[in-house]
Amino acid sequence: MIHSLFLINCSGDIFLEKHWKSVVSQSVCDYFFEAQEKAIDVENVPPVISTPLHYLISIYRDKIFFVSVIQTEVPPLFVIEFLHRVADTFQDYFGECSETAIKDNVVIVYELLEEMLDNGFPLATESNILKELIKPPTILRSVVNSITGSSNVGDTLPTGQLSNIPWRRAGVKYTNNEAYFDVIEEIDAIIDKSGSTVFAEIQGVIDSCIKLSGMPDLSLSFMNPRLLDDVSFHPCIRFKRWESERVLSFIPPDGNFRLISYRVSSQNLVAIPVYVKHLISFKENSSSGRFDVTIGPKQNMGKTVEGVVMTVHMPKAVLNMNLTATQGSYTFDPVTKVLAWDVGKITPQKLPNLKGIVNLQSGAPKPEENPSLNIQFKIQQLAISGLKVNRLDMYGEKYKPFKGVKYITKAGKFQVRT
Amino acid sequence: MTDSKYFTTTKKGEIFELKAELNSDKKEKKKEAVKKVIASMTVGKDVSALFPDVVNCMQTDNLELKKLVYLYLMNYAKSQPDMAIMAVNTFVKDCEDPNPLIRALAVRTMGCIRVDKITEYLCEPLRKCLKDEDPYVRKTAAVCVAKLHDINAQLVEDQGFLDTLKDLISDSNPMVVANAVAALSEIAESHPSSNLLDLNPQSINKLLTALNECTEWGQIFILDCLANYMPKDDREAQSICERVTPRLSHANSAVVLSAVKVLMKFMEMLSKDLDYYGTLLKKLAPPLVTLLSAEPELQYVALRNINLIVQKRPEILKHEMKVFFVKYNDPIYVKLEKLDIMIRLASQANIAQVLAELKEYATEVDVDFVRKAVRAIGRCAIKVEQSAERCVSTLLDLIQTKVNYVVQEAIVVIKDIFRKYPNKYESVIATLCENLDSLDEPEARAAMIWIVGEYAERIDNADELLESFLEGFHDESTQVQLQLLTAIVKLFLKKPTETQELVQQVLSLATQDSDNPDLRDRGYIYWRLLSTDPVAAKEVVLAEKPLISEETDLIEPTLLDELICYIGTLASVYHKPPSAFVEGSRGVVHKSLPPRTGSSESAESPDAAPSAGQAAEQPAVIPAQGDLLGDLLNLDLGPPVSGPPLAASSVQMGAVDLLGGGLDSLLRSDVGGSPAMGGSGFTAPGPAAPAAMGAPLGSGLGDLFDLTGGVGTLSGSYVAPKTVWLPAMKAKGLEISGTFSRQVGSICMDLVLTNKALQVMSDFAIQFNRNSFGLAPAAPLQVHAPLAPNQSVEISLPLNTVGSVMKMDPLNNLQVAVKNNIDVFYFSTLYPLHILFVEDGKMERQMFLATWKDIPNENEAQFQIKDCSLNADAVSSKLQGSNIFTIAKRNVEGQDMLYQSLKLTNGIWVLAELRIQPSNPSFTLSLKCRAPEVSQYVYQAYDAILKN
Repeated sequence: MIHSLFLINCSGDIFLEKHWKSVVSQSVCDYFFEAQEKAIDVENVPPVISTPLHYLISIYRDKIFFVSVIQTEVPPLFVIEFLHRVADTFQDYFGECSETAIKDNVVIVYELLEEMLDNGFPLATESNILKELIKPPTILRSVVNSITGSSNVGDTLPTGQLSNIPWRRAGVKYTNNEAYFDVIEEIDAIIDKSGSTVFAEIQGVIDSCIKLSGMPDLSLSFMNPRLLDDVSFHPCIRFKRWESERVLSFIPPDGNFRLISYRVSSQNLVAIPVYVKHLISFKENSSSGRFDVTIGPKQNMGKTVEGVVMTVHMPKAVLNMNLTATQGSYTFDPVTKVLAWDVGKITPQKLPNLKGIVNLQSGAPKPEENPSLNIQFKIQQLAISGLKVNRLDMYGEKYKPFKGVKYITKAGKFQVRT
Repeated sequence: MTDSKYFTTTKKGEIFELKAELNSDKKEKKKEAVKKVIASMTVGKDVSALFPDVVNCMQTDNLELKKLVYLYLMNYAKSQPDMAIMAVNTFVKDCEDPNPLIRALAVRTMGCIRVDKITEYLCEPLRKCLKDEDPYVRKTAAVCVAKLHDINAQLVEDQGFLDTLKDLISDSNPMVVANAVAALSEIAESHPSSNLLDLNPQSINKLLTALNECTEWGQIFILDCLANYMPKDDREAQSICERVTPRLSHANSAVVLSAVKVLMKFMEMLSKDLDYYGTLLKKLAPPLVTLLSAEPELQYVALRNINLIVQKRPEILKHEMKVFFVKYNDPIYVKLEKLDIMIRLASQANIAQVLAELKEYATEVDVDFVRKAVRAIGRCAIKVEQSAERCVSTLLDLIQTKVNYVVQEAIVVIKDIFRKYPNKYESVIATLCENLDSLDEPEARAAMIWIVGEYAERIDNADELLESFLEGFHDESTQVQLQLLTAIVKLFLKKPTETQELVQQVLSLATQDSDNPDLRDRGYIYWRLLSTDPVAAKEVVLAEKPLISEETDLIEPTLLDELICYIGTLASVYHKPPSAFVEGSRGVVHKSLPPRTGSSESAESPDAAPSAGQAAEQPAVIPAQGDLLGDLLNLDLGPPVSGPPLAASSVQMGAVDLLGGGLDSLLRSDVGGSPAMGGSGFTAPGPAAPAAMGAPLGSGLGDLFDLTGGVGTLSGSYVAPKTVWLPAMKAKGLEISGTFSRQVGSICMDLVLTNKALQVMSDFAIQFNRNSFGLAPAAPLQVHAPLAPNQSVEISLPLNTVGSVMKMDPLNNLQVAVKNNIDVFYFSTLYPLHILFVEDGKMERQMFLATWKDIPNENEAQFQIKDCSLNADAVSSKLQGSNIFTIAKRNVEGQDMLYQSLKLTNGIWVLAELRIQPSNPSFTLSLKCRAPEVSQYVYQAYDAILKN
C-alpha cells in the first residue's frame, strides 16, 4: 500500500512529506529527479519509476508533483486515483491546489492526509466526510477559533462514514432547496490537413449542484438515454435501475459532485462545430515563411461559437512572427515557441483570420514538422451529442425543489493537423 | 494568519523557543507550538529533541491537539522508544473512551508506533476494538492487525488475531469486510504459505454482497481478492462475472481495471459458444476505452494493461483502433504505448487508416517517437501481407524527406520487409542506394550493407559500394564489420570474376588486422570454405533463408497468461511476473489462469476448429498444460489441487504409448494368452468418468477394473506397514510416510502427511514420474483443509496404471513429486509388485500347462522362501488374497506342489510352482515368465505376503 508521499515543486524542492508506515528518507526522490531530468518536459516524466527498493508512482497536477513511495505490489491505478483525490481535496479545501496554498495550510494538509490514509489504506476520501472531521479554513472561522479556542477538528464521528450512503451526511437543511445539473460535453477530435475528421468523440459529464434538505431520492430521466452506452457512475447511482429502465436513480451527495461521465463513442458521427482553413509554409533556403489561418463555424446548430482560442507550438527554428489578426489578439512567446490567438466569438459574416510572416533562424534548415493547431471553443445551451434531460423527480421529501439544467459544449483535445 | 508563520525561525534557536512554548500554561500557546513542531516535521526537519515536551501535551480534551500530538508520536516514537512508553497509558485510556472516534484514533495511532514495548500493550485494547460495537472502530482495528503483523508477525499469530480478522469477513458492515479483506491480503502477501484467505463459495458470496455496498477503495481490495479465487466450474465463474460486471461502470478507474482482471481471468473458464461469453466481450470494450480519456498517468497504466489484453483477446478492441490515435500533446510515454497497441490491432480492415496515421507521426518533433513510428510501418508490412506494398511506398516517401534519422530507420525496416517478402520489392534498392552516404548509425549501415550483399547481382556497382565501406573498415562497429564481411563474400560468390581482390582484402582485414574474435572466426570460416570447396560455400552462404516470423515482440503465451492474472498491478506495467522484479517480496505465489471447463470445449486454439471426433476424444484441458504435465519439474504449472476431476484425467494424457518406451522388452515376450495390446486403438479416458478409466484401454487390459468379471472378490490383499518416504528434514518440515494397497481392483497409495514445520501448509499436489507400469494418480491429492503445524492427515490416493511408461531400475521404483505452498519435494519409493496383480489372474489349467511348456527354460527363476511355517492350504488362501491364484495342487513324495498364476496390470502373466515340504520351513519358488525381469520382484512380493 502507499508508504509515503512527497510533494515536489517544479524547481525540485520537496516541500512536504508524509509517511504512513516507517519513515522513508528523502533521498528516494533522487531517482525521481533523475527521471525528471531525462524527460526534459515536466509532462513527460513517466508515472511509474522503479528504484532498487521502492516504486515511485507520481502524478503531475497544478505544477506540483505528487510522488508516492510504494514498497509492495499495489495496483498503480489505485495509487494514481488516490493521488488525484488528494489533489482534488486540496482544491476543495483551499480553493486552489498550489504550493502556497499547501504551505499556508500545512497543518490542515497534514491532518487531512492522516485522515485519508491509514497504514496505506484509504480511510475517508469523500469530501463531505472529511469536512465533518476537519473543517475547511475560512477567515471567519480562524478569527472565531482564536477567540474561543475551539478547533478545526470535528470531535464526533461523521455520520456518513459507515452508512450505506457514505457520500451524504444526515440532517442537511436548506432554506432554498435547489438542484442544478450541468451537462458538459467536450469534443476530442483530430482533423487532418484536408479538413476531414480522423477521429472524433464526445466526452460528456453531468456535474450536479444539489442543495436539498433531508434525504431526497432523485430520478433523472433522459429523452434519448440510448446515447449513453458507455457510462461511469458516481457510486450513488443505482445500477440496476439504469440497466432495466435507463433512469438515473440516486440519493445525491450534498453539494457539488460529478453524477456521471459518459463517452459517445467514435462509431457515432460527431458534429464538428468549427472548421479551420490554414496555410503554413516555409520557403526552402530562406529565413521566412507564411502563416494564414481562418476559423469558421460549421454544424453548430444555430448557436454561437464563442471563447475561441487557438494555440500552436511552432517549430524550434521560428524566431518571431509578424501577424495581423482581423479579430482578437495574438501573442507569440519566442522562448516556448507558442503562438496563442484569442479570437473570442465567431461571427459568420466576418470570419476571423490571422495572417502574416514567420521569421526563421537564418541558416537553419527548413523545419520538417508541421505544427498542429489546438483549438478551444465553447457553445452555450447545446449538448453536441443531442443528449437531453427529460425530467427530474424527487421522492422521500415533501418540499418542492427548484430545478435547473444547463447545457454546454466545449472543445476538449481538439487538434487540426497542418 | 496562515500556517506559513510556523516556518519562521528566530535567532535564539528554534528548538529552544519551541520547548518554552510547549511548556507554557496557556492552552492556545501550546497548540500553536505543537503546530509549529508539526510544520517542521512536514519538511523533514528533525524535531525529535522535543519528544518529552510534546508527549506532555497529550493529556488533553482538545481533539485537534490530541491528533497533532499523535501525528508527532507516529513519526518519532521509533527514535525514542523509552520515552514513547510514557504515552501508553493515554492510549489505553483512550481505547475505552465513549466516543468511537477517539477509540478508533487511539488504536490506529498505537498501531503506527513501531516500538516493541508499545505493541505488547496494544494487544488487549486491539482485541476489544476488533469486537467493538461500533463498525468504525472495528474497521480501524482490522487495519491495525495488518500494522501489528508488519511489526511483529509472531505476536499476531500467537494472539489469535488472524482468526478474529477472518471472522470479520462475515461482518455485517461492508466497510469492515473490505478492510478485513485488505488487511488479510496484505498479511498474506508477506506470508504466501499461510492460507489466510480461504476462499470458498460461501465466503465468495459474502464478498460479492459486500462489493456492492462498500467504498470504491474497498471494492478494489475485494475485487483483487476475488481474482485469486478458482471457481469450481463454468457456471460459478459465470455467476461471479455477472455480479462483477456492474463495476465496469464505476467512476474510479482502479475499480474498473480490477473488475476487468476478474472478468479476464474467469472468462478463461467460459465456453466460447456461450451467448454470455460474447456479451461479456462486448461489455469489456467501452470501459477500457473510457480509461483512455482520463489523466495521462492513468492512461499510461491503462495502456500497458490494454497491451496485454489485446494480445490475449484481440477481439475485444478490434473495432476501437481510432481511440489509440496519438494526439500531439500526449506525453511521450503515452504516445509510445499507443503506437504499440495500434500495431497489435492492425489488420487488413484498418491498415489504410493506420498507415496514414503512422505517416503523420513520422513528421513529428520527438525523435524517439518518429523512429518508433517508422519502425511501426515496417511491422505493419510484415504483419498484414496485403499492406506490404503500401507500406513500402510509404517508407519510400519518408526516405524522400531526407530527414536523416527517418531515412536510417526506414532502411532498417525495409531490410526486414525484404526478408519477409523476398524478390518482391527489390525495385526500390536504387532509391535506397542513393542514401548510402547519409547513414551514420551502425544498425542502418549494417542493414544497407546486408541489402547490397543479398542483392549483389542486381546492383551494378555493388562492388564499388562495398569497397567504399571497406575503406574505413576499422572504424566501423562490429555489427557493420560482420555484415560487410558476409556481404562481400556473397558478392564474390555471385560475381567471382571481378571481385576476387575485394574478397581477399576483406578476409585479410577480418582475420589479420582485427582483434575481435567473432569477426576473425567468421573470416577464417569463410576463407576455409572458399578455398576448399567453393560450391559448398555457395550452398552455405547463399542458402535460402527462413522467412522472419510475423510478430517477434509478442509476449510468450505462458507468461502472458500469468500476466493476465496480474492486470492492474505493477507486474502488468512492467510486463514481468512479480517474481522477476519485486524486491523484498518474501516469496511470490505463481498465479495461473483457471483451466477451461465447459461441456464440449475442444482444443483451445481460438481459430482452429478441430474435427468433431478429435474434439470428443480430447479431455478439455489447455493443450500446453497437458504437455507440461508429464514433466515433474513443472508441477507448479499443473492444474490446481482443487480443480475439477478432469484435471486428473489430463495426467494420463501421456499414457497413450504403452507399447513404446522402456518396457518394450517386457512386452515383446508377452504370452499369447494376452491378446494384442494395440497402442493404436487406445484413447485417453474421458474426463467425466474416472471410474471407467480402464475401459478405453486396449482389450488386453479391458477388464482390468471390471469387478464383476469371473473372479470372486476376496478380502483385500496384503498391505505393508507404512514407512517414512520423505523425512521432514528434507522437505522443509513436511513428512510423508505411506504404503500401497490394493482393494477390490483398485490400487491405492495410503499417505500420511505430517506438518512438522511452524507454518501452515496448503495447496498440496502430487505427481509421479514415468515408471515401469504406468502408475499414476487417478485423482488429485485432496487435502481439504490446510495442514496446521504438528497436524497430520491421512489420505488414500487412488492410482491407476494408464500413466506414461518408462522402464525403471529397479523395476518397481517410483519417483514422486509432492508440492505444497512452500516448495516441491521429490522422493522415490519401491512399491510391492503385488499391488499390480489383477483379480482375473487365474489361468485355465490347460492354458497353464501349455504356457508353462511354451516359456523357455532359461526364463525360469528359482528362489527360496525361508522361515515360513504355513501349510499348503494356508499358503494358498493367503496368496489368493493378493490375487495369486492356485490352479492346481499336487502331492509328490510328501511335498506339496502348488501351481499358481498371476497377471500384472499390463497383461504379463507369471506362472509359479511353489514347493512346500512339511518339515522344512523353506519353500522353493520357481517362476516362469516371458518377461523374466519381473520374476525377482514377484518373489519379493511372495516373500512379503507369506511372512505377514
